[in-house]
Amino acid sequence: MRRIPAGLVVAAFAAVVIGLLPFTLDGYHEGLAARVAIYFIAILGLNILTGYTGQISIGHGAFMAIGGYTTAVMSHYHHTNLVATLPMAFATAFVCGVVVGIPALRFSGVYLALATFALAVSVPQFALKFSKFLGARNGLQTSQTVTHEWLYIVSWTSAAILFLVAWLLLRGRTGRAFRAVRDSELAAVSTGISLPIYKVLAFGVSAAFAGVAGSLFVLATFGFAQPDEFGVLLSLQILIGAAVAGLGSLWGVLAGAVFIGLLPEISSSAPLVGSSHGQDVVFGLIVVAIMLLLPNGVAGLLLRLSRLRARA
Amino acid sequence: MTALLELEDVHARYGPVKALHGVSLAVGEGEIVAVLGANGAGKTTTLRAISNTVRREGSIRFAGKPLRGGPETAARLGIAHVPDGRGTFAELTVWENLRLGGYTRRGNLKSEFDRVRTYFPWLEDRRDQQAGTLSGGEQQMLALARAFMQRPHLLLLDEPSLGLAPLLVTEVFRIVRELNENEGMTVLVVEQNAHIALQLASTAYVLEVGAVALSGPSGELARHESVRRSYLGY
Amino acid sequence: MVALARKLDLRDRRLGGGVSLPVLAGIVAACVFLVIGCLTSSIFAQQTVAGLSQGVIYSSLALALVLIYRATEVINFAQGEMAMATTYIAYQLTLWGLSYWAAFFLTLAIAFVFGVVVQVTVIRPIQQSVIAVVIVTIGLFLLIDGLVTWKFGADLKFMAAPFGNSVYHVGTVTFARQDLGTLVVTVVSVVLLWLLFQYTKLGLAMRAAALRPAAAALVGVRVRWMLAIGWGLAAVLGAVAGLMTEPTTFLQPTMMQAVLLYAFAAAVLGGLESPVGAVVGGLAIGIFLNLVGQYVGFATSELRLPIAFAVLLGVLLLKPTGLFGRKTARRV
Repeated sequence: MRRIPAGLVVAAFAAVVIGLLPFTLDGYHEGLAARVAIYFIAILGLNILTGYTGQISIGHGAFMAIGGYTTAVMSHYHHTNLVATLPMAFATAFVCGVVVGIPALRFSGVYLALATFALAVSVPQFALKFSKFLGARNGLQTSQTVTHEWLYIVSWTSAAILFLVAWLLLRGRTGRAFRAVRDSELAAVSTGISLPIYKVLAFGVSAAFAGVAGSLFVLATFGFAQPDEFGVLLSLQILIGAAVAGLGSLWGVLAGAVFIGLLPEISSSAPLVGSSHGQDVVFGLIVVAIMLLLPNGVAGLLLRLSRLRARA
Repeated sequence: MTALLELEDVHARYGPVKALHGVSLAVGEGEIVAVLGANGAGKTTTLRAISNTVRREGSIRFAGKPLRGGPETAARLGIAHVPDGRGTFAELTVWENLRLGGYTRRGNLKSEFDRVRTYFPWLEDRRDQQAGTLSGGEQQMLALARAFMQRPHLLLLDEPSLGLAPLLVTEVFRIVRELNENEGMTVLVVEQNAHIALQLASTAYVLEVGAVALSGPSGELARHESVRRSYLGY
Repeated sequence: MVALARKLDLRDRRLGGGVSLPVLAGIVAACVFLVIGCLTSSIFAQQTVAGLSQGVIYSSLALALVLIYRATEVINFAQGEMAMATTYIAYQLTLWGLSYWAAFFLTLAIAFVFGVVVQVTVIRPIQQSVIAVVIVTIGLFLLIDGLVTWKFGADLKFMAAPFGNSVYHVGTVTFARQDLGTLVVTVVSVVLLWLLFQYTKLGLAMRAAALRPAAAALVGVRVRWMLAIGWGLAAVLGAVAGLMTEPTTFLQPTMMQAVLLYAFAAAVLGGLESPVGAVVGGLAIGIFLNLVGQYVGFATSELRLPIAFAVLLGVLLLKPTGLFGRKTARRV
């Protein structure tokens, strides 16, 4: 009998757990679990960009904002079915990602980080600028709100679908092209891979994922799309989540999402670090520790463990 | 008499690729020793092994003591390494390059500058010129001058003739000989130009595929059949 | 005659800090414009001077960023928070009885050590990976922010005003002593740093280590320590920026966040590899933002940050190497 790859086992296990969870959790915790799914999707997206093609982005909060506002606008003004707005957010964010990805071709490394950072700061401001249409500081609300359970089911289903999409995308030629871009641009070009196309594609797909996450995010906050919710901190959190997950591999993404999603909850109940400042300290400390000790994140750890197992 | 520099069974590699397979050589005090060989034979790697800028195993002794630590340590101990590419700071001025050459020396560098001026008088005019704008030959001279500022015990020279017109090559080697004779600087020179290297050096080693194929006094090697055919062209 | 001609040959050489002729011309034109404006309108003059004193703070932090970028090719996202933390340290020192200026200088020393320690412990192990360093500095940002807020609280604190609150009048223009003091202190620190780099052995070694680490090692420079010292000096610059910002923003954990963003814009505008650029960039942004705020209708104070970012994005799109940057050939 052929050996079943460990990843598949883990994925199946996770699927079962996630499927059964709603029956054991109350509303509040369901909402929390749904948030983990949202971060999962966003981190997945960022990983495609930064982990696989090596283009640093500290601006994914902006793409989430775009997706979120798409949902809010479509629902608010056209009363579109909420689930239907998800693909719309995907598409809108994809286009925006491509639009950003084209000029981004000229930057690399630190410059790209700064440019996307500028994006993260500026995009939410647009909501303030077009306040009549986009609801200014108080935000725009969807025409209906959703229950925690609904949110849980839809977020995790989307997460599963998008994970599958990512997996299929990355295992084939596209994935190899992405990795070639990251590892050596020069080598990639000399093997005939068209750099610009793959880099821009990565931006688009990555942004699209973030867009969906943004939509769900809005739905999770009572349907409000507010500029403050999509600030720089969100972009930083996504990046950190991706780092913890382990850039360049899909398997740690769940861990990264759990980290970002649940840490605030856990640390707010811990005694000494109870305040929100304590949260930042723990957050920062863990990020620094992980980059020093586990530079490849949880995925790297899993890889090392599986290697140990193979040797034994 | 213990040699100033002794390499014994030195292996070196770049990542997984092995470049030196047990090289042994010795450089006596005040000598000029040449290391010859074709491209890829491991000549540059040998020098890099000495200044520890490549992964190495084996025994390397300088002035009787094991040579450990990185390139900075080697410099402090009195080894000047002029690498391939000359190690010139192209963005800095000629004068700043010279000052950097004297980095390991204490105190005011006046006497060092004076001595440099006697061997390279034309550098004085070019003090404030950006080193990168010098011609190839001038940069090689600057590299030598920079090494000399250090008043090294041992000079490691990597392919000084590379990219230079024959007249300049003669000039460079003339200066190296002068430095050796007047200042007592021991020299280990790695060269592809076997002809001129054998004229300068007293002893030579021929490397092939990372190991010593031949060694001996330069006069003998110059007459040696295989050396003549492979490296001297006749 | 030939020697003289050679000296005047500008073809091979670039002026001063690598500035090309058009850029220099542009800057001279801008200065002329400013001077004329100051002479004709007192409001213009006031905004310009205020802009200069704010700008010089951005310059200081931008210079710190450039120092680190030149040495290690990374951007320290935590530079602002480190500056903020050192300012709080100064505050604590004054609470313990030290006079302002004693605390000021002691803080600079502490900041230096802080910068070195950060580089050695946290940055050095991971400095090969740009992404890793970006993430670690972001982590440091959060860590420092959290620690300071936890220890001191988020409420406003005040330090004694270093230059007093008096104002000077020149004609119809009012200058605050604080602004002038800020200008002097920051300019002095920048000049001292410049002197260090240009004329001392250590400065030369640091420049060499930043330009060509391999070659520098061969002449005996301890490259790793040069990088650590670079971070130390950058932290000192940050401390100066923080201490000079405090009189305006007062002491709060968020005090340097906006300044950091302006410093990014300034550093990119000037060219991330150029110290001169950082200084000019900072002053330019300071003055530009003030004048735009004064004379352009819809550019209200909330738009200051987006405008600075528009500048940053504009520079990145049009001339990524900045005003004073050079296009370096990529080493394959």
